[in-house]
Amino acid sequence: MSSVIPAPIARQPWSMLTPLILLTCFGAAVLYSAAGGSFTPFASSHLIRFGIFMVVALVIAAMPRDFVKLVAYPAYVGILLLLVAVEAAGAMGGGSQRWLEVGPIRLQPSELMKPAIALALARFYDTLPTGMIGSWRALVPAGVIIALPVGLVLMQPDLGTALAILFSGAVVMFLAGLPMSWFLSAGAAAAVAVPLAYNFALKPYQQRRVTTFLDPESDPLGSGYHITQSKIAIGSGGFSGKGFNEGSQSHLQYLPEPHTDFVFATMAEEWGLLGGLFVIVSFGLILYWGLKVARAAQSRFDRLLAAGMVATMFFYIAINLLMVMGLAPVVGIPLPFMSHGGSSMMTNMLCVGTLMMVHRWNTQGRGGGLLSS
Amino acid sequence: MPFGLTKQVLNESTLTNSFDRRSFVLGVGGLSVGMLLAGRMGYLAIAENDKYAVESESNRVNLTLIPPRRGWILDRNGAPLASNQADFRVDIIPERLQDGERELDTLAKLLKLDDAKLRDLRKEIDESAGYAPIEVASGLDYDAFAAVSIRLPELPGVVPQRGFSRYYPTGPSVGHLLGYVGAASREEFEADRNPLLITPGYKIGKDGVEKQFEQTLRGEPGARRVEVTASGRIVRDLSTRPDVQGDPVQLTIDGPLQDYAARRLGLESGSVVVMDCLTGELLCMASMPSFDPNSFSDGIGSVEYAMLSENERVPLRNKVLKGLYPPGSTVKPMHSMAFMHEGIDPNERIVCGGGRRIGNRFFNCWSNHGVVDMAKSVYQSCDSYYYHFAQQVGFDKVAAYARRFGLGQEFDLPVASQFYGTVPDPAWKLKKYEQEWQPYDTVNASIGQGYYLTSPLQLAVMATRLATGREVAPSMIKTNERKLFNSLDFNKDQIDYIHQAMSDVVNGPGTAGRARLPIDDVLMAGKTGTAQVVSLSKSDGKSGPWKYRDHGLFVFYAPFDNPRYAGAVVIEHGGGSGAAYPIARDVMTFLFDPQKGMDALRALEKEWGGTAQQRLQRRYEEYARAAGETIPPSAPLDREIQARVDAEARIEAQRHEAFARDNPRRVRRPDVEEPVEGDRNSGAGGPSGAQGAAQ
Repeated sequence: MSSVIPAPIARQPWSMLTPLILLTCFGAAVLYSAAGGSFTPFASSHLIRFGIFMVVALVIAAMPRDFVKLVAYPAYVGILLLLVAVEAAGAMGGGSQRWLEVGPIRLQPSELMKPAIALALARFYDTLPTGMIGSWRALVPAGVIIALPVGLVLMQPDLGTALAILFSGAVVMFLAGLPMSWFLSAGAAAAVAVPLAYNFALKPYQQRRVTTFLDPESDPLGSGYHITQSKIAIGSGGFSGKGFNEGSQSHLQYLPEPHTDFVFATMAEEWGLLGGLFVIVSFGLILYWGLKVARAAQSRFDRLLAAGMVATMFFYIAINLLMVMGLAPVVGIPLPFMSHGGSSMMTNMLCVGTLMMVHRWNTQGRGGGLLSS
Repeated sequence: MPFGLTKQVLNESTLTNSFDRRSFVLGVGGLSVGMLLAGRMGYLAIAENDKYAVESESNRVNLTLIPPRRGWILDRNGAPLASNQADFRVDIIPERLQDGERELDTLAKLLKLDDAKLRDLRKEIDESAGYAPIEVASGLDYDAFAAVSIRLPELPGVVPQRGFSRYYPTGPSVGHLLGYVGAASREEFEADRNPLLITPGYKIGKDGVEKQFEQTLRGEPGARRVEVTASGRIVRDLSTRPDVQGDPVQLTIDGPLQDYAARRLGLESGSVVVMDCLTGELLCMASMPSFDPNSFSDGIGSVEYAMLSENERVPLRNKVLKGLYPPGSTVKPMHSMAFMHEGIDPNERIVCGGGRRIGNRFFNCWSNHGVVDMAKSVYQSCDSYYYHFAQQVGFDKVAAYARRFGLGQEFDLPVASQFYGTVPDPAWKLKKYEQEWQPYDTVNASIGQGYYLTSPLQLAVMATRLATGREVAPSMIKTNERKLFNSLDFNKDQIDYIHQAMSDVVNGPGTAGRARLPIDDVLMAGKTGTAQVVSLSKSDGKSGPWKYRDHGLFVFYAPFDNPRYAGAVVIEHGGGSGAAYPIARDVMTFLFDPQKGMDALRALEKEWGGTAQQRLQRRYEEYARAAGETIPPSAPLDREIQARVDAEARIEAQRHEAFARDNPRRVRRPDVEEPVEGDRNSGAGGPSGAQGAAQ
């Protein structure tokens, strides 16, 4: 095999790249339909972004471990400063906003923070002496590392992204080996805090999303409209769908956001259960590969970094799919590799690149263990 | 404690083990989320597929009803008394306008709207709920409609519609008879629950024949299925099922005669009823003044409605069925028949000395008639004769005959309501007033005064039964079955005697010499009547305030020796029978010789200032001006349809028939079986038809 295919290509993790590329192309097809049968404006830019960020991922994959460890904290701090800048710009602009205008590029720092939080925490637990993992010194600095960006993002306000950052951070802490009892008591505390947070911390529109998630029929033309129309789109697709470019829910604009948050519903209407299972299985293969990379990693830093990336991607996928199928409230989270949007593509390709990087460290063997200890 | 580390020695390898265990748990958790998603997906797409497929389809497809075209109402010869006129209109839906000002300007240019109309429109748009359409213009011609239609892409929210509006060619002439149509009221919708009733543009029958035959005339709505976006924009037509027009209703009414009679009533307030003696078919049921049902069908304006409801001559009441008048002397031939049947010899005479003593009181006659027998009592209308013999026979017996002749009766007709009036007798008075019948009651009733009240329809039925001696029943709906009517048990001598006396009223030494038909071979028989409204001390009945004047009545039939048509004319406050019988004369003239009848009417209409429709329109304009309102111009009349059913149409038809007679190659249509029509043409139409063609 190695004789036919050049080594640099054969070396790539094709068990992940194959479903990833198929999924992205499938996403482009769905976006082509969502644009009313046109490559513009969605499908072409989707593929171009994928190409660009694939190059970025390959560049990341080539980075040495020492360099990554070196930039972990500076990257985290830099993105934190960008988040502060977003707040400042929002305050000056007289309203909330989530992005910074940098020339032609609209940069959303909260997206960058998702992989960055995993990186920073992996670096933190890498440097923490193993004996201290059960003490407050394992908890408090990590808590601060998570709380600062979560707080800033909540101020934007962007509940979905804040939860994503919290989730990635919590998964890394869990896998770092912090005492189980802490997580159990944190879960109990959350159970108490959620109703309080619902009443005092959430904006009215966020409260509405939660209530309509619990009972979408209560407001079928208001906030429940999104969930109801999404379920109609998925349910009416049946086993094999209505056919490519034949989705009435998306084409007649009954489905909200058919090219971003509800792209899965757009797909399911036209491709049915078969398309849905293809997407779910593809995501499963990518995440399974990521988990294998994490478990095969040779050092503590590698493991936590890779697992954090898997958690970040998993959160995107799971919340989005649960949402469009009416099992989670409507939070503005796009579906990786299928939804149209540069921020989500960037974040997820950074995760993929990081995983490929750890994968390369794993397969190159030897040196890793020495450096990490 | 599989995951706990609290009491364990912490080192690199225990942490690695912990990572392995915990990442495995998270992996299993992730897998179960994936399974949950796949299961949910299958549940939605397979188990609930039917439900969601239906919901998706009901999102996508919008069904609109197309109101059915209403069935026509035809006269006895198949000419339309009510038809449908293509109506082009333009509406706007305010919430769909994108640049309201620019679009209004465009519409104003295309439809030539003036500033006042634009101002009203802006006001309406500002005050509207947004989703309800607002009418910009209706009754448009095709060019204006097309001009708007082709510019639709730049006029979002503008809706041109092609519909049908009800059209009554002869307008006020058929107002009371046919009723009118209008949008269903809330009560009507709750009673019927048919979604068609709340479809924009659909109108139901509100009165008269339109209401009585609503289900027949309605038809089946069509449907239009369109694909719409979430915002309501129509993407494409999916399918259209055309409407099924309602069935026609054919009346026994003779359209041109109805129009003629209504117009001949002129400035008077009254009614004309004409019946076919052989079949009982009602040929004419005119009641004036009337309203124009065309205005009601467009949605009558408050100004026009006020004008109609304030008029003391009650143009909103159908006087044929709901006008009740003392019959006056018109009952005298019928009372004479009753006397004969009760054994009074018609040659028995009494002396009228300007009145007669009944019991211990002297009752006046309107004149001093000297020696009077039955015939003279009819043609000279002597009251004394009836005072005497009614007293002798007993009025309870006379009243029974009156009922057999149709007075006080309700007839089996498809009308919303008919007033049946009063034929007084002792039992009735006792029940109603708890008073004994007095001789003066007999005196009053014997000459059709007192408690006596009849409708013009009943008087016409009475005239028909007098003419035929049979219990002819009136009918309004054309059928092909021949009806047989029971005899009233009078022998031919008795009937002939009364016929001769009634002919003498007109053609002999009677009270209505001016009623003689201007046709040599047709003699009309009749009986005049003058009904007092207030006592002589208040008014002499001939002058003074309109509402104190006497009613003028006339019952008639013709030809007197072989009755074909009979009828009644009642003129409210006409000041005596002199107001009634010239109308009867002209109406009958029109039946036998349309050209002569028409000439008489034209001369009168010139004097009155136009046809009934023209006068009504002018009155409305004046009224509106006085009320400070401007009225929109009425929709252009469809002359082609009108020309088939108005009074002038009869002359045109005769001209064609004369032509056909002179050119014997004509093909007779086998489906038109019209024996009545044929009789008329052979009997009287010949010479007049030739005359019409000659002019």
